Amino acid sequence: MLTVQILIDGFAISALYGLGAVGFTLMFGVSGVLNLAHGGIMVVSAVTAWVVAGEYGAGSYLGALAGVVAGIVTSFATYFLVVRPIQRSRAVPDVEKEVFVLTGTLLWGIMLQEAVAYFYTDNPKTVRPLIEGVTVLGGVRTPTNEYLIAAICWLTIGLLWLLVNRTKAGKALLAASINPRGLTLLGFELSRIYLLVWAIYGVLAGVAGVLLATFLGTSSAQAGQLTASAFSIVVLGGLGSVSGSLLAAYIVGYLETCTAYLVSPTIRSMPVLILLVLVVYLRPQGLLGRR
Amino acid sequence: MFASRQFWAAIVVVVLLAALPLWLSSYLLGVLTIGYYFGVFSMAWDLLFGFAGEVNFGPTFLTGLGAYAAGLLNAQGVDLPLCLLAGAGAAVIGGLALALPALRLSGPYFGLVTLVAVLLLQQCIIIFAGVTGGEIGLTMNDILSIDADTNYWIALGFMTVSGIILFGLSRSAVGLILQASGQDAVEAAALGFNITKHKLAAFGISAFFSGLAGAMMVFYLGTASVGIVVDIAIGVQVIIAAILGGRRTILGPAVGAVLLILAGEALRPLGQLSTFVVSAVALIVILFLPGGLLGRVLRPRGRA
Repeated sequence: MLTVQILIDGFAISALYGLGAVGFTLMFGVSGVLNLAHGGIMVVSAVTAWVVAGEYGAGSYLGALAGVVAGIVTSFATYFLVVRPIQRSRAVPDVEKEVFVLTGTLLWGIMLQEAVAYFYTDNPKTVRPLIEGVTVLGGVRTPTNEYLIAAICWLTIGLLWLLVNRTKAGKALLAASINPRGLTLLGFELSRIYLLVWAIYGVLAGVAGVLLATFLGTSSAQAGQLTASAFSIVVLGGLGSVSGSLLAAYIVGYLETCTAYLVSPTIRSMPVLILLVLVVYLRPQGLLGRR
Repeated sequence: MFASRQFWAAIVVVVLLAALPLWLSSYLLGVLTIGYYFGVFSMAWDLLFGFAGEVNFGPTFLTGLGAYAAGLLNAQGVDLPLCLLAGAGAAVIGGLALALPALRLSGPYFGLVTLVAVLLLQQCIIIFAGVTGGEIGLTMNDILSIDADTNYWIALGFMTVSGIILFGLSRSAVGLILQASGQDAVEAAALGFNITKHKLAAFGISAFFSGLAGAMMVFYLGTASVGIVVDIAIGVQVIIAAILGGRRTILGPAVGAVLLILAGEALRPLGQLSTFVVSAVALIVILFLPGGLLGRVLRPRGRA
């Protein structure tokens, strides 16, 4: 019973972690940006979905759509207001750009979080599940919504895979992560590829934020924690490696679920943190990362 | 260096600050006192980050260790000066433990380790709530002083002394070697400098001041809690302060920290929005004045 329960819950939460982390790692792989406003963007989409679905009575589906759109808009705002000005600034020396982007997005994430908290308080918001009802599998009653969440996550990740590996724009994206300079020599406009990455990233963060809101509920106070968990998963899997991030998401998801069920929910993140320190120390490039 | 205009300006500023209790209310003095301790946090962070180039996202790991080591000993009835020393010592041990991965990892990887270190410390404090007071906090038996003026002078004196030591260090040969190893470790090693030794020293010194400042601050406040000395949000504030004031200047971060704490108080009527405004201002400084407020004045021979 308990084993099945852990398997199902762990699968859903891991899929959600994976979706959040894939966007984060894709962004780093292609444009070299570690976006510390990640949690803030997820929270903005989650709360937008909640407002549209609940306050305006538009229903869960329109709410979810609005949430994803909000994710894209916030993602572009992050790029145009924070990341691009720093990257183009002449006053910031090149070696320090990375640090400035980290700090800039960190501040921007705090601003998003505080703005959401100001307008809609930092109480946890739960969007009504996309489908109602309960499914019984292996003697365990689970909300059908949990299965739907896992399915949507994997569908989105599958679509992303098709986009990257089977379309021309996607292949350019892949090439940019390997050798941006070579790509510009072939006549591709790097800035347009970056726009594409931020758009994809916005969709992924938006979907993840909305699904999280239908699953566990989201509060603006969680923004930092969401960023930290995406960051840890991505480093655990190897920066820039999408398959590594998915693997790491499942390790983290199951480790947390097991700890919460078998030991105590209060220390659910502790084993993950210890594992993270060990992996980073013994194998700094992460599980599947390249150096 | 000591004959320069900046040196005399600094003396004038310190004398003026020392005279402030003549005019200011004890409320404002209290705010400034906290600001001075934050100034030390920021300066210590700047030595590690600005000079040694170690991306430390968790300055509160060191301050928290210092504060809690001092607080726990004090709860056992140990004298206050010994507690302060023990706090600084605990932080140095923590700093050296942190230096171990830092010698192998770089950039974002090390940044993550420091972040995780803070989260682990926070979890430990909450799990061992029976000893540490958990989320409510630990009440001290002793405090530094009950007089607002005395507390203010202690904090100002502490910040001034730390500032002199750290600034002197940053302008010495050690500081230059640290800076070189932060910018290009391989080349610095090729020039014959012992990078490992210098980095260990940087971690030790930075941890010493962070821990001592953390311990002194909790003895000023009379209580140690996660929200005051460990939380990631506090660490972010230390980092914002350093960048606001101007990284790699040591004195800039101290000025930034005092301004940040003052701004936090001044914006209190805005309620929840105050954090938003502070972050927005810091972001604007980063975008338009990347050297920080004092970057141009304090950086030796500003780069073109």
